[in-house]
Amino acid sequence: MAEILVLAELNPAGGGVRKTTLEALTAARALGEPSAVVLGAPGTAAGVRDQLAEYGAATVYVAESPDVDDYLVAPKAEVLAQLVGEKSPAAVVIPSSPEGKEIAARLAVKTGSGFLTDVTEITADGTATQVAFAGATIVHSKVTAGTPIYTLRGNSVTPEAAPAAGAEQPVSVSVSDQAKQVRVVERVVEQKSNRPELTEASIVVSGGRGVASAENFSVIEGLADSLGAAVGASRAAVDSGFYPHSFQVGQTGKTVSPQLYVAVGISGAIQHRAGMQTSKTIVAINKDPEAPIFELADFGVVGDLNTVVPAATEQINARK
Amino acid sequence: MNIVVLVKQVPDSGSERKLDPADNTVARAAADNVINEMDEYAIEEALTIKEAQGGEVTVLTVGPDGATDAIRKALSMGADKAVHVSDEAIHGSDAVQISGILAAALQQVEYDLVLCGAEATDSQMSVMPALLSERLGIPQLSGARKVTIDGGTAKVERQTDGGYWALEAPLPAIVSTWDTINEPRYPSFKGIMAAKKKPVTTLTLADIGVDASAVGLANATTQVLDFAGRPPKGEGVKVTDEGDGAQKFVDFLAGQKIV
Ligand SMILES: Cc1cc2nc3c(=O)[nH]c(=O)nc-3n(C[C@H](O)[C@H](O)[C@H](O)COP(=O)(O)OP(=O)(O)OC[C@H]3O[C@@H](n4cnc5c(N)ncnc54)[C@H](O)[C@@H]3O)c2cc1C
Ligand SMILES: Nc1ncnc2c1ncn2[C@@H]1O[C@H](COP(=O)(O)O)[C@@H](O)[C@H]1O
Repeated sequence: MAEILVLAELNPAGGGVRKTTLEALTAARALGEPSAVVLGAPGTAAGVRDQLAEYGAATVYVAESPDVDDYLVAPKAEVLAQLVGEKSPAAVVIPSSPEGKEIAARLAVKTGSGFLTDVTEITADGTATQVAFAGATIVHSKVTAGTPIYTLRGNSVTPEAAPAAGAEQPVSVSVSDQAKQVRVVERVVEQKSNRPELTEASIVVSGGRGVASAENFSVIEGLADSLGAAVGASRAAVDSGFYPHSFQVGQTGKTVSPQLYVAVGISGAIQHRAGMQTSKTIVAINKDPEAPIFELADFGVVGDLNTVVPAATEQINARK
Repeated sequence: MNIVVLVKQVPDSGSERKLDPADNTVARAAADNVINEMDEYAIEEALTIKEAQGGEVTVLTVGPDGATDAIRKALSMGADKAVHVSDEAIHGSDAVQISGILAAALQQVEYDLVLCGAEATDSQMSVMPALLSERLGIPQLSGARKVTIDGGTAKVERQTDGGYWALEAPLPAIVSTWDTINEPRYPSFKGIMAAKKKPVTTLTLADIGVDASAVGLANATTQVLDFAGRPPKGEGVKVTDEGDGAQKFVDFLAGQKIV
């Protein structure tokens, strides 16, 4: 069976692989036999090999070097290009994070290939599905040059276990000076949250301008916590200083595709829809019956969020 | 400090956007075209750096003849001059090919710094800095929420989930900016008048030494096979809260086996 290289996206030190990696392994199985590629500082692979094998990696290529971590993106693309040269895989699948897309772009230039970003599905003949224009258009595309490279949008594919050998194979790493131009001086975490990662969460509760203040976002957080959900925000809420930018959902924020998206005090502007329209189930709570968000909603409550949301939170907590 | 800002004209993300069924490319001719909103932050950043350190700001765009509107907007904000690469053969080019055209054009101008938007709102790929870094061999500092030019060094805070990475690289470099970085200025009346007299150089593919057989729909590295509107969602349920809104919401979640 054709070999498909899957770049593993890892959680920070010791945190295992991200769910997006398991999704990528699952999607890659439509094309052939996946091999995982682990790029990171020395000692990275030990903690993730078993998980990669469980989700179908026949081989786990391990390229460990401080260079891969100390410089931005370019060394990873270089090592991956080296592997593509050696193994001639039928395709490469990469999780669609900002870094993943940049690695894909560099790999495309290095290998003379085409690449498709943010795909939601890949079929056996290599056709990929993409969602364009704020979710309004579904596109089927193909790569027509070189080794097809895909970046897979998070939460588009349900990870399914398919145990394989996961044979570890070390890859020698020699990163060129050219690829060591951008030094990562420091990685700063400003908001630590115990909630699930926004782009990975199966439930997202988002607040908009209607929440009216930063303090009142506790109403949104309360509902989110009762559901084990991530918290999101509209751009208006972010611009008004109610919630940090890294939680923004939409065209210039995060794209989310959870099982359940609850939009609270959000009108549903096209740029917001761009980031949440593909959610499986959408619930809207808004006091304006004409709000465009209701056009998308599977279930809508016309009402004041300050009464509806705390009451719902209380009922959900009471059911536990 | 010579700064080049990459600017793209795109269909307004707030209006209805379409692909053209004739060749599956973005329907640009009939669209409500505007400067890519994200590029205004790159222009603002370039102007701020120029105001502090001197130099010149050049706008570079690859796009059809109508893309002059985006160029004028950038010039009216305060950029000094513009280069517009326009050629029938470019129609339908994909990201890989456009990066080849931009790279060839950049080789003809002097620059210490290239700035661009973090993403184009039509393609939403966020890959141009990586593509150009690879082609030109200059460092890529993408996704900036803060940029500092300190002598020959670019320092960038790259926005991440819940924080940032501090990046550092020597100039010349390419930097892309998020909308968290600044507040783009509105063109003044004086700026709009002055823009009309600023120089715009129009170049063809031949002028920048790019072979037409390397670009365009027929030679693209990716192909759109077909497209369709998203199937409309079935009519949802809408209730008006009369004291029972929360109950009905929770009942709905229970029906979906979520609670
Ligand atoms: C949802 C979606 C996802 C996509 N994903 C990818 C992807 O992942 N990877 C990828 O590589 N591509 C991607 N594309 C591009 C796609 O594969 C095709 O290449 C695309 O249909 C052609 O691009 P376009 O529609 O922007 O073409 P066009 O509308 O023709 O635009 C191409 C570029 O050429 C310029 N241009 C057009 N005419 C002229 C002229 N006369 N003179 C100068 N410049 C001109 C335009 O301004 C634009 O910058 C995607 C497109 C869509 C809609
Ligand atoms: N045709 C183009 N001409 C000039 N700049 C472009 C073009 N396409 C993309 N860019 C720049 O690259 C940035 C990122 O675009 P993208 O990678 O397509 O999301 C945009 O914000 C622009 O600054």
